[in-house]
Amino acid sequence: MLNFIARRIAAGAVLLVVISFLSYLLLSVPHIDVGRQLLGESASQSAIDAKNASLGLDEPVLRQYANWFAHAVRGDLGTSWFTSEDVGQAVGNRLPVTASLMLGVTAVTTVLAFLLGVWAGVRRGAADRFVQVLGVVGYALPGFLLTLVLVLVFAVRLRWFPAIGYTGFTDSPSGWLSTITLPVLSLSVASVAGVSQQVRGAVIDALRQDYVRTLRARGLPASRIVFKHVLRNASAPALSVLGMQFVGLLGGAVLVEQIFGLPGIGSMTVTYTARGDIPVIMALVMLTVVGVVLINLLVDILIGWLNPKARVA
Amino acid sequence: MSTGRTLRRVLRNPLGGLSAALLLLIVAAVLLAPVIASQDPGASSLSEAFAGPSGDHPLGMDSAGRDILARILYGGRTTLGGALLALAIALALGVPTGLVAGYRGGRFDSAANWTVNLVMALPAMVVLLASRAILGPDVHVLMIVLGVLVAPSFFRLVRGIVANVRGELYVDAAKVSGLSDTRIIARHVLTVVRGPIIIQVALVAGIAIALQAGLEFLGVGSGSTATWGAMLNEAFQNIQRAPRLILWPGLALGLTNCALVLLAGAVRDALEDQTPRPARRRRARPAPEPAESADSAAPRAALLSVRGLTVAYARPDGTDKEVVHGVDLDVRPGEILGLVGESGSGKTQTAFSVLGLLPEGGRVTRGSITVNGRETAGLRERDHRALRGRTLAYVPQEPMSNLDPAFTIGSQLMEPVRHHLGLGRKEAADKARELLHLVEIPDPDRTLRLYPHEISGGMAQRVLIAGAMSCDPELLIADEPTTALDVRVQAEVLDLLRRLRDERGLGVLLVTHNLGVVADVCDRVAVMNAGRIVETGTTEQILGSPRDPYTRTLLAAVLDDAPARAPWQPREARTVTA
Repeated sequence: MLNFIARRIAAGAVLLVVISFLSYLLLSVPHIDVGRQLLGESASQSAIDAKNASLGLDEPVLRQYANWFAHAVRGDLGTSWFTSEDVGQAVGNRLPVTASLMLGVTAVTTVLAFLLGVWAGVRRGAADRFVQVLGVVGYALPGFLLTLVLVLVFAVRLRWFPAIGYTGFTDSPSGWLSTITLPVLSLSVASVAGVSQQVRGAVIDALRQDYVRTLRARGLPASRIVFKHVLRNASAPALSVLGMQFVGLLGGAVLVEQIFGLPGIGSMTVTYTARGDIPVIMALVMLTVVGVVLINLLVDILIGWLNPKARVA
Repeated sequence: MSTGRTLRRVLRNPLGGLSAALLLLIVAAVLLAPVIASQDPGASSLSEAFAGPSGDHPLGMDSAGRDILARILYGGRTTLGGALLALAIALALGVPTGLVAGYRGGRFDSAANWTVNLVMALPAMVVLLASRAILGPDVHVLMIVLGVLVAPSFFRLVRGIVANVRGELYVDAAKVSGLSDTRIIARHVLTVVRGPIIIQVALVAGIAIALQAGLEFLGVGSGSTATWGAMLNEAFQNIQRAPRLILWPGLALGLTNCALVLLAGAVRDALEDQTPRPARRRRARPAPEPAESADSAAPRAALLSVRGLTVAYARPDGTDKEVVHGVDLDVRPGEILGLVGESGSGKTQTAFSVLGLLPEGGRVTRGSITVNGRETAGLRERDHRALRGRTLAYVPQEPMSNLDPAFTIGSQLMEPVRHHLGLGRKEAADKARELLHLVEIPDPDRTLRLYPHEISGGMAQRVLIAGAMSCDPELLIADEPTTALDVRVQAEVLDLLRRLRDERGLGVLLVTHNLGVVADVCDRVAVMNAGRIVETGTTEQILGSPRDPYTRTLLAAVLDDAPARAPWQPREARTVTA
């Protein structure tokens, strides 16, 4: 097990280096004159050159990358070119917002998707059709469109929740809850739709397995068979979809944070990518890749725990 | 299935037809934008800002006094056109690489997979934002990037299907007959992937449209051009003042995407050829009618007695298909009854009827089944369940698939005894150990901790017999319990059954197609053919002097395989049939 985790982390590290190199290279292609952008059109060429030199931009791209990499492995992600913030700190300040969003969505998705999926898979009939329609709608409607509708109904019309803004959990737990509810709901619809379909399919598959008939032949009650045996066997495929949803969720967070004015990683991505602030963009890319690698590792460990056969691999 | 038939089936499906019509309508309207719209999408008259619907402007005006209808129609061109571009790129990249990777495998496959995993680890929205910073705000360039990002979904789909098909016999046959790879791919492989690709195209189109609109909504698109995403952005800016602005672009986007997903579903249903859906009718199962008493002359056995049993399955059109037509059989305590017949003769359906475990859609339509004198045909599930485990037990054919792979042997043996006998954890563990002793498993303590995939088939079958015996049942229903085992293990399992019969007075209904097994352990035999019992008697009688022509054919088939062996020697005949 430890061996497996170590191998996966090593593979993740390789991925991280490859992606960081490619991103740096690609980001450096357009040769935005950062010095001119910072100092304005009126600045003298010598001042601009000096500014660029102080940012290390006068060096070849490979040397720049090597420089960035040498600092990054020591945990120093540099400073933003445009705001002079420490990048690590800037990202760290915004991370809790996105993290609460992600955790909230994952919690809501896990609970609702499993409930709906098991309900549909076991009951079939009307329950099944309801969950399938929900799946189609949740899948088909673009997340931000749904978010707009939720804002319109719950924030603008009903005024149950604020339309915009964020309160930290440590500042006021109730304020946190009211600012995070709508964003979490907006992001959850699609992932509940996707994961519940998967749970439904996995439950139907599991119910058709021979061992379910054998368990019934032993006289065990249906509820016990479903919640112990079927659920456990159906969890593994559902979890891998949940892991894949996470990547999409990061993209969804960009839009949702923008709509609700949440100061998270997503809205940061929009602002800083538009300006070509390489140190910040690099940090965001790294964070994303680390997040994806960790989530997939977690999913694989959970699947191994649920399915003894997968542990061998 | 021919393309024409699939198409007809999609259109006949109400949702499929509706979605197709809606999509056609949207595309036509967008293409005919200059004809339908009364003015240019950019033309604005500030005095008419936020104006409601009027004759000239049926959908009203937006915040800058521009005609909403014109903007929806022209905007659809950018939005749908962009999605189309992304889709084309994704298809061009994903399908050929998927074909080659799936068909050839090897290094190309590994390299392609690695790349695909890398691309799929990237959040599309973030990459698109970064690409815009790098490549500039040209919507076409962004759509090409998007095409690259969604190409893996086609690659994975095609690769998976092709890798499966490659293993099929008909592809081997085509190879052997000297067809070139290109011909094989074109003839055999492409026809298989076509359907799934069409489904995926609809789904990916939806994703591309959503992402395109999302980018425009963020204001990261084509600037001032009208697009559905940009219109939603504008509506969002004015959400407090004129919330109705969300309506039209929202509807356009939502309906297009819903139609695409529903169409994909309809195509999938059509291609899957509609495996009959289980009857959804929730009506209470009619109680089986009592058997016609004609052939019930024989006295009924104490343990299990079946009279005039018929079993039918509901067809999708609501009618029933009868598969068992009036079966009579009896099992006494301490007796092994062999139920013999070819596959499809209804043996297993009869066995499942006794257990009350007919598969979905099947039910007992007529007849009587008594267990210990109590009628069980038409019994409520809850009451039937009470019989299973403690009175009736079941040993399945395929040992491996009948153990839950996620739980240890110990946990699976302890579960029924804890539930039925109310034992505590420790006592249940003792009982499980004792059961493994009973079925002669050498190292019970170790076996209890193992998972099903860690034991052999023969061992798994013993575990299943142990599980069946766990609550001291009176009647064991064994459905081909030795068919999946090799010859030596077969003999051991049959010995075990014989021993349980002798020591515990267990009655056994042994379903088998193997006359060797019958000769080996059965006291009496019932021969079944096409849903009917054709002959019943003692084993000697049936094997020695069969009366029914069908029984004679069955016996002849076995003897033909072993020509030089007369007279009949039951114990060795076991090895003859597979």
